[in-house]
Parts: sequence; C-alpha cells; structure tokens
Amino acid sequence: MTHRSQIALDVSSVSKMFLKSEGVRWPWKRNGNGRSTVMAVNDVSLRIRRGEVFGILGPNGSGKSTLVRCISTLLVPDEGVITVFGHDVREEEMAVKRLINRVSVEASFFKKLTPMENLLYGARLYGVNAGEARERAVEILIRLGLKKDAIYRPMEEMSRGMQQKVAAARAFLTQPILLLLDEPTTGLDPRSKREVQDFLRELREKHDATILLTTHDMQEADALCDRIAILDEGRIVALDTPSGLKARVPGSNGHEPTLEDVFMELTGKKLVEDE
Amino acid sequence: MAQLVHEIRASYAFIERNFNLVKRYWGWEVVWMLYSIANALSITFIGAGTEAVTGQKIDANHLILYLLVGTLVWHYLSVVFDQVSELIAWERWEGTIEYTFMAPVTRFTHMVGQTLFSLVYGLLHTAIILAVVALFFQLDLSEANLLGGGMMLVAGSLSFIGLGMVASVLPLLFPERGAQMTHVIQALLLLISGVYFPVSVLPGWMQPLTRLSPATYVLEGMRSALLDGAGTAALLPHLGRLLIIGLVAIPMGLAIFRQAEMYAKRTGKLKRSG
Repeated sequence: MTHRSQIALDVSSVSKMFLKSEGVRWPWKRNGNGRSTVMAVNDVSLRIRRGEVFGILGPNGSGKSTLVRCISTLLVPDEGVITVFGHDVREEEMAVKRLINRVSVEASFFKKLTPMENLLYGARLYGVNAGEARERAVEILIRLGLKKDAIYRPMEEMSRGMQQKVAAARAFLTQPILLLLDEPTTGLDPRSKREVQDFLRELREKHDATILLTTHDMQEADALCDRIAILDEGRIVALDTPSGLKARVPGSNGHEPTLEDVFMELTGKKLVEDE
Repeated sequence: MAQLVHEIRASYAFIERNFNLVKRYWGWEVVWMLYSIANALSITFIGAGTEAVTGQKIDANHLILYLLVGTLVWHYLSVVFDQVSELIAWERWEGTIEYTFMAPVTRFTHMVGQTLFSLVYGLLHTAIILAVVALFFQLDLSEANLLGGGMMLVAGSLSFIGLGMVASVLPLLFPERGAQMTHVIQALLLLISGVYFPVSVLPGWMQPLTRLSPATYVLEGMRSALLDGAGTAALLPHLGRLLIIGLVAIPMGLAIFRQAEMYAKRTGKLKRSG
C-alpha cells in the first residue's frame, strides 16, 4: 500500500466501550461493583476517499470524538479495524501518525508559551525544519487572522477563539494528508469561523488534504462536506451527500429540509440539545 | 539518516520546550531555588551545630561535608527523578498530553529529550546551591577526588532516569493522584539510601533494602571520593554497580511505560485531566 491509495481512511466495524464509575468501588466486592459500561462507538464503518471532506454530525456524547481519537491512535478500539492510507492504526501506529494531525475542541497548549513557541514545538515533533516552520507559522497564523504581535505573546493572553485558530495553524503547519478536525470552529465568532473554513477549502484544493470534520454546525457541514455521516449513540444512522440526506425528508411549511430536520427525522432528537 | 535527523529534532523539541517553560515560569524557578538553598543550608548547619548540641568534640568539618554531599546528591537525583517522572503530570496539567502522544515520536526519543534536559537542569541547580553553601562554610576539598565524584553522579543519573520512567507511569494510570504517588517512591529512597546518615544505623531487616537503592551506591562512592579522597580505581565497584542498575533500569522503565501507555489507550485515561 502507498500513500497514493485512493482510500484515505477506512473504518471497518469499529466499536469502543468504556467503563464508567458509579459511586464507591470496594475491592472485596465482585466484578462490576461501582461500574457500568458505556458503548461510545458501536459497530461504525465508513470509508473516506482521498481529497474528500467528510463530516460527522452528532449531538454531544454521540461518539464523534471517541471515533476521532481511535483514528488518531489515542484510543485502541475494542473491535474493528481502522486504516489510514492502507496503514493499520494499531499495527503501523508510527506510519499513521506521520500522515495525520488533529485539531480538538479543546485548544490544548502550553499556555505560558507563545503561539510561535508552541508551533515550533509541534513542528519539531513532526520533523519540520525550524527555519521553515517559523516562516510557515507566521504565514498561516496571519492567513487565519492573527495579528503579528500576538504570535509572540503568551497563549494565556488570547481569547479562546484565537487559541483555536493557533490550534488549527499547528495542525496545518505539519501538512498532514489526513486532517482530523474535531469541532474546530466551536467557540469562534462568525468571522473567525469563516476564516478557518476558507482556509480548509484552500488546504483541500491546493494541498491535496483529506479532511474528517466533526461538528455541531449544520451550515458548516453543509457548506464544506462532500458527504456526511450522522452519528447517534455511537451508531451511524445515515451516510450520504448533504443533498442526499436532505432528500430523505419532506420539506415543511414550504421550506427546504435542513440537516437538522434530517437528524430529527432519523433519531427523534435535536442535534444541539444543550447549547 | 533522515530518520536519525527526525529523532534528534524531536528530542530537541522537548529540550527547547522545557527550557522555554523554565523561562516563562521564572518566578517559580526563583522560589524553588530559594527553597532548595535554604533546605541545603539548614541540613548542613546541623553539622555545624552538633558540637553545641551534644557538648562533645567532633570533627565538625567532616560532618558538614558528609551532610553536604548527602544534600547535594539527593537534590540532584531528586531533580532528575522529578523531571522524568513529571513527564506525564506536566502534560496533563497543561492539557497537551494527547497532542504529544499523537505525534510521530518514539517514546525513547521523548524520554531522551526529557532526560537530557533533566541532567543539565539538575547539574546547574546543584552547582548554584553548592556555590551558595560554600559561602557559609569553609569547605576543605583539597583531598577530594572531584572527577571521581562527578563520575559517580553521572552513573547514578542513569538509574534515576530508569526509576523516573517507572514512576512516570503513575500519573498515566492514576490521573487524579498519580503525581503525588511518585513522592512516596522518593520518600522511601530517601529513607533507605543513607542520604543524611550511614545506612548501618538502620535496623537489620532494612539492610537488604538499602542495597536495592542506586542512591546508596552513589552516596557511598561520592563520600569516598570527596571526603576520603578515594582514587577512581577504588570507585570502580560502585561505578560498575550503578552502570549495571542503570542499564537494567532504563530499558525496564521504557518497557513498563510502553505497557502503561497501551493500557491508557485501551481505557481512555490519556484524555482525563488530573
């Protein structure tokens, strides 16, 4: 298998279960004492083609982030197989790590360090030359709307939205061919959101990146994604193009159906319940 | 060759990151340095005050040096141990653990970067303490084998790096209290290694335990070199033991860490913040 494979990501029958603590665990009691199980991802299969932007829509707790963690080698699935450009995430962990990067919903940084210091740290881990990384970091951060002087100020002085942009820049800097974006625009104002979204389009068009995007934002999913999977309670309940999904439900009150309508129709729930 | 360059670059990433963190947390570094100096002085003054306490004539200079060697060696080894064992605790606290663990870097490279930084940081810290303490006491090191002492310290570092790796597993497995658990290991080593007293004063049943701690050999060797002026050849048995412990402890630490990392990835413990 080579990186030229046309299948960027293949998720086959993947399940992940967690033990959840409930009250006090007494060592002298039998198994299961004080614990229950939660099926975070339940028999999920999907295939993403090279160069595709693939969206996963789902409410909080639907298993989106768990699935992204399994793909990014941070969690070991209980069942199933995941391959990234033909490399098994369990068997060829290091090869997979070289091909991917991830932006998570929490912008995790060394907050006393500046964006440049954080980005240089990340770049070195991915084998990017420091001189090249410095130049590209400034270029990407400015492209994402950061002011030049903010690049050299500690992260803790930045708003959450700005931190999220730096997180996106950190991932883009390493030029991954599979980019895992776990709610990357959550917490961004509309303008910042658009700047990140425009940059994603550019990444795809100019740099041949394949993008897996999880989001609550239906407009974002509609605008960016070639195909969308709807995840509910760890299971995929629908997978199609945005227009294909919308064609599954009838319009109401003379309006075109939205992805929210699709989600409600398929699961009986609202997509964003607690926001 | 390209792979080697990548690994060196990645190792340097940890060194540079830690240096930047020290720079940004300079206030904490100053406080920590003051605490360490005050601590070293307090212990060393026990040597100066023993005559006054017991009313008996003793070789105060010897006792001062004995305690000073214990304080400095223990400080250095503790810094190395802390820096390595806090590998996980720090990243959990900052929230960067998933990012670092997702990067295409072997755990060996990760540890090399972290331990190289810890050695430089520990040596600088200890040298500053020694310089300050030297202002308070007339230290007679004319007979000391400084080179031999330095060799003991370097050899001892290897085993403490290995122990630090084993201890760093605790914050990985126990996100809430793992960092505090590493202090228990340090306290036990402090007790059985003869840092401030000869291990011969410990009860008989504890004597075999003293031989398990690499710090015991570092301290015995250092005291022979600095207090008795023992030649490097006389230090070879101590050096040999330390090198053997280090050569066993580092691969063992890496293997245990790897197993713990797999467990954390199976159970989702990487995600949880402490």
